[in-house]
Amino acid sequence: MDRYSFSLTTFAPNGKLLQIEHALAAVGNGATSVGIKAANGVVIATEKKAGSSLIDVSSLEHMVMVCESIGMVYSGMGPDFRVLVNSARKAAQKYRRIYMEDPPVRILVKELASIMQEFTQSGGVRPFGVSLLIAGVDDRGPNLYQVDPSGSYFPWKATAIGKNMVNSKTFLEKRFDNDIDLEDAVYTAILTLKEGFEGQMTEQSIDVGVITTIPTTQADGKQKPPRFQRLSPAEIKDYLSNVA
Amino acid sequence: MEYNGAAIVAMKGKNCIAIGADKRLGQRQLTVDTNFKKVFPITERTYIGLSGLATDVKTLHDQFRMRVNLYKHREERVIEPKTFANLVSHVLYERRFGSYLVNPVVAGLDKNDIPFICGMDSIGCIDLADNFIVCGTAAENLYGACEGLWEPDLEPEVLFETISQALLNSVDRDAMSGWGAVVHIITPAGVITRDLKSRMD
Repeated sequence: MDRYSFSLTTFAPNGKLLQIEHALAAVGNGATSVGIKAANGVVIATEKKAGSSLIDVSSLEHMVMVCESIGMVYSGMGPDFRVLVNSARKAAQKYRRIYMEDPPVRILVKELASIMQEFTQSGGVRPFGVSLLIAGVDDRGPNLYQVDPSGSYFPWKATAIGKNMVNSKTFLEKRFDNDIDLEDAVYTAILTLKEGFEGQMTEQSIDVGVITTIPTTQADGKQKPPRFQRLSPAEIKDYLSNVA
Repeated sequence: MEYNGAAIVAMKGKNCIAIGADKRLGQRQLTVDTNFKKVFPITERTYIGLSGLATDVKTLHDQFRMRVNLYKHREERVIEPKTFANLVSHVLYERRFGSYLVNPVVAGLDKNDIPFICGMDSIGCIDLADNFIVCGTAAENLYGACEGLWEPDLEPEVLFETISQALLNSVDRDAMSGWGAVVHIITPAGVITRDLKSRMD
């Protein structure tokens, strides 16, 4: 029973945790994801490559909503991502139980990062093989965070993770500016993915999620807080046709 | 809940809040303290008043102070009155079977200077009011006094007079509360705290 009460992630003589290095390698083999923080919102996008033409691509869930104001995407191992999605959603609802409002993005990120760190120090478990891009809107405005298998998290203005992250980040550096509008950011995100895309990019092969800082005014005059939304294939097609 | 005695009232005014309480701490008919605090600042613009069993009043104040400090450090921001009220409700319901014997009143100004008041029962059911919230052994008296005296959009100085009269006259008809009173007026400019001169019995 106590055979695995010790951690499988142990220090190498050079000070590195090799399991985490290997986890990062798994992330580096995963499909590219990008995120851009605009002046009035955030966009995250990912490649959704199906292994064969027989796969029903519309049912693949790479872009998920954690709570109304926060969305998440990943690069790396899909099954590990699903576990973290459940943890994130539960953490968000636990916060809501107490404060009756969605957690600020930085709070949710800290919680998730803490969970991921646990798996680098607990007995008998391995680190998660995913890096996450978490996008959301809160009292501080738009937010974009990356969380790594080690549990480190970084706030970003724009970033990419996964297979093509180096080239994508160079591409983003050239095109990003602090006042970028959300619409432009969506185009830029799609363009960034296109740079490293093998083959023809269609509305079925990428997933895009957006959240704006502007609340929507309902028919009765009440204001609804901003909501994270996955773009439909039709909407993505529109963007793609203008990008060509 | 009647062991220690208390009278607490909060009122909404024009861009301001008033919250007041008596200062008596008793043990049944014996008066033990004439300067017992029942209204506490949570942040610069949010106050909580707690009536009921005095030991729970003290303990809950400490609990809330801890949780609000943790919130401030984790979230790097000050808690809003509405959020704090939900936190209070949660803390009370955690003890649903074996509850704290208190009736809290939360009053404050949010980050847009909009007044917020609410009351709760001992297990955290929030009562959102547009006008006033009362609790304590003098609650019935306070309901009558407030209903008679309160009107919407009172300026801070007028609100102070209104809440003071409601409080003073209500505790005078209640054996378990009195022995002095404190009133806090919270405005966007700051908080003014005044001690009321009352019948000392």
